[in-house]
Amino acid sequence: MIAFDLTPEQKELQARARRFAQEEIAPVAAEYDRRGEHPAFLIERVYEAGLINLAVPAEYGGGGKGVLDNCIVTEELGAACAGITTTIMVNSLATTPLVLFGSEEQKQSFLRPLCEHRALAAFCLTEREAGSDASNVRTTAVPDGDGYRIHGRKCFISNGAIASLYTVFALTDPERGARGMSALLVPADTPGIAITKIEDKMGQRASNTAEIEFRDVWVPRANLLGREGHGFAIALKTLDYARAGVAALATGVARRALELATEYAQRRVQFGKPIADLQGIQFMLADMAMLVEASRLLTWQAAWLADHGLPNSKESAIAKCFASDAAMRCTTDAVQIFGGYGYMRDYPVEKLMRDAKLLQIYEGTNQIQRLVIARALLKGR
Amino acid sequence: MDFRLSEEQEAFRQLARDFAQREIVPVASQYDESGEFPWEIVRKAHRVGLMNLEVPEEYGGAGLGPFEVALIAEEIAAGCAGIATSLLGNGLALLPILLFGTEEQKRRFLPDFCAGPNLAAFCLTEPNAGSDIAAVSMQARREGAGYVLDGVKTFITNGGVASLYTVVAATDRQKGARGLSLFIVPAGTPGLSTGKKERKLGQRASDTREVIFEGVRVPEENRLGREGHGFRMAVATLERARVGVAAIAVGVARAALEAAQAYAHQRVQFGRPIIGHQAVQLMLADMAIGVETARLLTWRAAWAFAQGEPGAEVLSAMAKCYASDVAMRVTTDAVQVFGGYGYMKDYPVEKYLRDAKLLQIYEGTNQIQRLMIARRL
Repeated sequence: MIAFDLTPEQKELQARARRFAQEEIAPVAAEYDRRGEHPAFLIERVYEAGLINLAVPAEYGGGGKGVLDNCIVTEELGAACAGITTTIMVNSLATTPLVLFGSEEQKQSFLRPLCEHRALAAFCLTEREAGSDASNVRTTAVPDGDGYRIHGRKCFISNGAIASLYTVFALTDPERGARGMSALLVPADTPGIAITKIEDKMGQRASNTAEIEFRDVWVPRANLLGREGHGFAIALKTLDYARAGVAALATGVARRALELATEYAQRRVQFGKPIADLQGIQFMLADMAMLVEASRLLTWQAAWLADHGLPNSKESAIAKCFASDAAMRCTTDAVQIFGGYGYMRDYPVEKLMRDAKLLQIYEGTNQIQRLVIARALLKGR
Repeated sequence: MDFRLSEEQEAFRQLARDFAQREIVPVASQYDESGEFPWEIVRKAHRVGLMNLEVPEEYGGAGLGPFEVALIAEEIAAGCAGIATSLLGNGLALLPILLFGTEEQKRRFLPDFCAGPNLAAFCLTEPNAGSDIAAVSMQARREGAGYVLDGVKTFITNGGVASLYTVVAATDRQKGARGLSLFIVPAGTPGLSTGKKERKLGQRASDTREVIFEGVRVPEENRLGREGHGFRMAVATLERARVGVAAIAVGVARAALEAAQAYAHQRVQFGRPIIGHQAVQLMLADMAIGVETARLLTWRAAWAFAQGEPGAEVLSAMAKCYASDVAMRVTTDAVQVFGGYGYMKDYPVEKYLRDAKLLQIYEGTNQIQRLMIARRL
């Protein structure tokens, strides 16, 4: 039976995440954005607060919660800083293949230590020639003895230079293209791995984005997730799960833009009255409010479907696409409402706008999301 | 949190869907063309229990909640928005009686009304009181044990076919919004007449016209609530009824999306069905995003009213505004996907486009919805 209310536990989690976001993240967000630096100490705090690895089962040291709970937290953290939240969220992205497809032994030897050591993980799929066309991965993992030898270069990897564990997608059978793709767990200290570039980004600057070179990196067979050739399917399934998280983050960013714009409009006086009294401003705020509300509903629906093991590919694509477009529009309009001040770094809204842009691009561009949606329509879903 | 419908809700939805597809779809374009009132559909809808949805069963209604109403409205509107407006016009007009009527008033008016395929009309709008409700100038002058109503109401849905009218009039014109009151006026009351049927762009099956009050005597026991509370009651009525408009918008948008989707599969250009072209796929995806989002906002608002949640009125404003804007965009794009054929009356999509426009205007223009949302921020 339809219901839109949160349980008391979810409300408590939401309040806790909001408090953490406001007390710990918001005060340092501008500084780390300016420096383009990863706030390592904050990750320690996020772990202490139990707001990371939420969807990892408790038996492996995670939060033992669902996708919806994760989304509730992500919106709150995202409202404080999208870059820092991406760092946290990517841990879910990178560990989802392990949670969904890992063997008990793999979970014990990779997932548990990651959570216990309060470490970060990275999802290594994208390559220079394999962006939206993820099937075009060229990195190889050729069988070698009782393991695989990985060779290739991954780019735009979130947490790339700060992760201790990589989930790497590479071709174990290059002849078969995407059907020859496999997912491998690769500890970051394995010999042959080099960080070849740390990206200098427009926004989400507190998030670490790196290029990683794998030069004849050998991992044992035990590090293969699922079966050989299942890598592409694992990647797609993982992205279906993760999309709701991006939508939640986008909702947080859009909501913050709306909150700041509303507050500012009531303070800023022009033509002898607060600009909030002007219909031109009121209409902008109302449009933003509708987008925020709608983004959250789509996010929750996608997350709820994932939690119930129901098909969610179309709904999560809708949520990701809509919410990130909404975040772009709300943040752009927030800058507009702040006027000249909004364009200055003294005010927080220009950062929101820079941060929002990435939401339309990463974890599947919105163009790809639309194709996913259209294909679902084609199949009559 | 739960995004599943209950079995009972699924059943209502299915009943309405079957009714719309079987009874309405085949005749929708015919009623649109002739502008004739769809009495036949009204009788059938009444027979299967798809009228007077929110009226409790003890007064002869279906006894449903706002959420079920939204489910049904979407389905009916996917058949024809004009017919949906006619049927759901009862919901709007009877709502003040349900919300503010005394037990005696409910007993006196509702059972007889609900017993047959009757229609009701909510008379608020006047030539100079559209978005500005407080400007209502129709007079309700005290006289003896009642009131005498004088004035003209305009753009009244079901105006010429209603057997019962709920009317907003000024008992004290000096007081503006605080001088308004609400009355129940049965059709046939001396002095009550209707003007000519408006010729509309769309929703042509719905009967829209002037309702003229010339010395119409109404006993005091037909006044709803207290004198001077009319504005507040009218606003509360509209806030709740708006979810129905949102649901109609979702239905229209969905019908347009489904038509475009089916057509894109069939229509071959450049050697393949046009759905094979990304340009078309991206349009369909945006349409689907719009429909899904509009439905969730509508459900969210309907659920809020069902729960008596504070702030439900803001959610209904958001749902109405958003869903009707989506309906306009999606129907326009559906015509585009159909190309030249879409512009022709042989295909259903040009009607969807015409019908959708009214959704952005009636029961509070989308500009008014935005002002309400902003004020709540």
